[in-house]
Amino acid sequence: MTKMVPLPSKSIVPERDAEHEPILETHRLGIDFGGLTAVDEVTLAIGRTEISGLIGPNGAGKTTVFNMLTNVYKPTRGDIMLDGKPTQGKSVAQVSRMGIARTFQNIRLFDQMSVLDNVKVGLHNDIHQSLLASVTHAFGFRKSEKEANERALEFLSFFNLDKFAYQKAGSLPYGEQRRLEIARALATEPKIILLDEPAAGMNPSETAELMENIRKIRDKYRIAVLLIEHDMSLVMNLCEGICVLDHGKVIAKGTPDEIKSNPKVIEAYLGKKKEK
Amino acid sequence: MARKKKISSFAVNNIKCYGLVILAFLVLMPLQSAGVLNNSVSGQLVPICAYVVMAISLNLTVGYLGELSLGHAGFMSVGAFTGVITAVALSQSVAAPELRLLVSIIVGGLFAGVAGLIIGIPVLRLKGDYLAIVTLAFGEIIKNIINCLYVGIDASGLHFSMKNTNELNLDAAGKVILNGPQGAVGITKIATFGAAILLILFALFIVLNLVHSKTGRAVSAIRDNRIAAESVGIGVTRYKLTAFIISAMLAGMAGALYAQNFSTVAAQKFDFNLSILILVFVVLGGMRNIFGSIIATAILYMLPELLRGIADYRMLIYAIILIAVMLLTNNMKVRAFIDTAMANIKGKLAGRKGGNS
Amino acid sequence: MNLLTNLINGIGLGSVYAIIALGYTMVYGIAKMLNFAHGDVIMVGAYMCFCATTYLNLPVPAAILIAMVVCTVLGVLIEGLAYKPLRRAGSLAVLITAIGVSYFLQNMALLIWGSAPKTFTSVVPFGAVSLFGGELIISWETIITVLANIVIMIGLALFTKMSRTGKAMRAVSEDKDAAELMGINVNKTISITFAIGSALAAIAGVLLCSSYPVLMPTTGSMPGIKAFTAAVFGGIGSIPGAMLGGLLLGIIEIFAKSYISTQLSDAIVFGVLIVVLLVKPTGLLGKKIAEKV
Repeated sequence: MTKMVPLPSKSIVPERDAEHEPILETHRLGIDFGGLTAVDEVTLAIGRTEISGLIGPNGAGKTTVFNMLTNVYKPTRGDIMLDGKPTQGKSVAQVSRMGIARTFQNIRLFDQMSVLDNVKVGLHNDIHQSLLASVTHAFGFRKSEKEANERALEFLSFFNLDKFAYQKAGSLPYGEQRRLEIARALATEPKIILLDEPAAGMNPSETAELMENIRKIRDKYRIAVLLIEHDMSLVMNLCEGICVLDHGKVIAKGTPDEIKSNPKVIEAYLGKKKEK
Repeated sequence: MARKKKISSFAVNNIKCYGLVILAFLVLMPLQSAGVLNNSVSGQLVPICAYVVMAISLNLTVGYLGELSLGHAGFMSVGAFTGVITAVALSQSVAAPELRLLVSIIVGGLFAGVAGLIIGIPVLRLKGDYLAIVTLAFGEIIKNIINCLYVGIDASGLHFSMKNTNELNLDAAGKVILNGPQGAVGITKIATFGAAILLILFALFIVLNLVHSKTGRAVSAIRDNRIAAESVGIGVTRYKLTAFIISAMLAGMAGALYAQNFSTVAAQKFDFNLSILILVFVVLGGMRNIFGSIIATAILYMLPELLRGIADYRMLIYAIILIAVMLLTNNMKVRAFIDTAMANIKGKLAGRKGGNS
Repeated sequence: MNLLTNLINGIGLGSVYAIIALGYTMVYGIAKMLNFAHGDVIMVGAYMCFCATTYLNLPVPAAILIAMVVCTVLGVLIEGLAYKPLRRAGSLAVLITAIGVSYFLQNMALLIWGSAPKTFTSVVPFGAVSLFGGELIISWETIITVLANIVIMIGLALFTKMSRTGKAMRAVSEDKDAAELMGINVNKTISITFAIGSALAAIAGVLLCSSYPVLMPTTGSMPGIKAFTAAVFGGIGSIPGAMLGGLLLGIIEIFAKSYISTQLSDAIVFGVLIVVLLVKPTGLLGKKIAEKV
């Protein structure tokens, strides 16, 4: 069980050194689709407040790993432990309630609903409102909605989205949609958040803002972040630990500096040199 | 500012819906009691109200939950017949017809809700067109079973049979309530326009509140993106089922009300064509537009009546209107044409104003 | 013998369902829409044949041909006027439009032919075949229906496999946009599909009314729904699925009628459909489509 970031590390989060327990561990995780092995032998450990990256060429199986971590796909082999508890046999919703939140490569918002309601859906399991209260708008309805609104607006203002609160989510510009998806995921109060290509389609200034936001998320909510990203400058500047996947297998793990100089990684990205 | 706007739009929609229903009552009730309305119109008031409740409840399934149900009449049927049986069973013990009607509507709703639960558990696992065809199948099954059902009542209580009335073994004073393909016979007509309006208001209260609540948000989220809804920890089956059952219950209540407006009602009445009719009301009124559902139901229900002057052609014209409305509202080119035309007219009007001043 | 008679009758009825189901399944496969008016095209086909033989005293083959031509034109017209403008619209809009078309056809028929049922004279001039000393009686209608079904199935299978148009149809049903990029005229292909489906509906109408000779404006509606059920049962979009679904549905219906209850036979048919869909949510021969996350 090797962690991507060797402890203790020089981190901006002082508590981290005290917390040696990883939040998310996978052990020899693998999945087959129709007899073909898509992902195999993925063993990871992610620290409680670590920002880590999952990178690799297209088709390496990165999103498949996310889908296994959230139980959208049932792994064929291996184990996943969240905070020491196995997620095996849990539904997607149950895994979310255990503390894994995610965003999607192809943005999945609730397009017809308002931006505010999108976040309120994220708060779902934290809103204490019975069916009776839902139907009658009495029995503590007002109190629970007021709390939900306040908290949702907090999340929105964190991402500078509060001015869009009553617009339809589907009508937001692309960059805002990506941010809203992160806000919604955060609203579930996760222990770890998985971001699938959060910077895709963003311009450099938006990307810089996003990086800042991801750091802020970690510092404010004290959670771990695992992200898939093709923007290498983002990954190298933001992530403290990186795992490289190629053809469904882990080919390297370590700090950004270690990854940058790893010949296997260079080979995976640039192809084998001819003379070799 | 934005916040105020949002709250007021929710309130405005509520006022529109409740207001319309109350206004309709205030206008029609005096006309009915004064005998101004002729018998055919007067007799249609309760059915229209029942259909409005059907459309409101189906909009919950089709509009908010986003699942196409073609068997909504089945739930109406369950509510209608359980409601009638209840009302007959209570005819001795409960003297006040209003109370009997209330109890029968509640019982009808509960039974329809149970049917919704039994049907919903398997059906909601399916998706799209498959779900549609299975709801259709369930609607037809309910119709078929009630068609073969014989129910009677005597001093010793309710008797059931699947064969014929003789099998009921009723005593001399016994009464047949449900007579197979003939349906419920000898119903006491206790449904009133006032009660029907109250039922609409109740349905509005439930549905309008529900869609602006935690449960309603979960339902809408599942419709917009099931995978994302699961990923934020929403138990999809639970909320789908909740919406489906509430929708079925309201349909059952509408059925219990509807049946007690007639002296006989057969299961044949609640067939797939009725389900389709209600669906047409919902679609033309607008998905997730409860106000539209009420308006569309009232207009489309009355339309064949209004076209009575051209009796032979009225259903044909109805069909053409239906097709034309769908083409006009859904075709991109037509829409674009209308939009530019409207913009032109507005531009011209604005230009003229500008010229005048 | 009773069992065998029922089985043969079931196959006969099932063959009619299968031919109708083909129309549903082909249209669904290509245009991804539930053509609710398909059942009413059957009714139009039957009326056409009825009029040609009764009023014009035409020979049966000519009458059937007229029915097929009229239905083909009708199918293409319906597609072009009502469905084509909605190609990019939501499926619900198309469904409601199809319902509108269904209402339209039924009421048109009501205006032209009235609501009183017509007694359809069978297009099969022979009586019945009596086997095993009269213990097994098979009507010629049943035999012709089954034969017609077999011929249509083989013909369609060859058509979709071999001909250019057939291949284009398969391509469009796999991926409309990709087919368009490959130079296939999608609109034309969809029109042809409606034409074939409607011509088959005419044949189905004639066969149906030869066996069950009551002809009314609503004649097509229930067989239409059942055939649609059969298409879903077999796996909608699949031609062998429509065949299998239709036959099974017919057999189940006849068996339910003879051994359980005439009144409950429809409930049993639909009950079986539900059970099948719950075990295999895309029908017997349907393809499983996984959503990409």
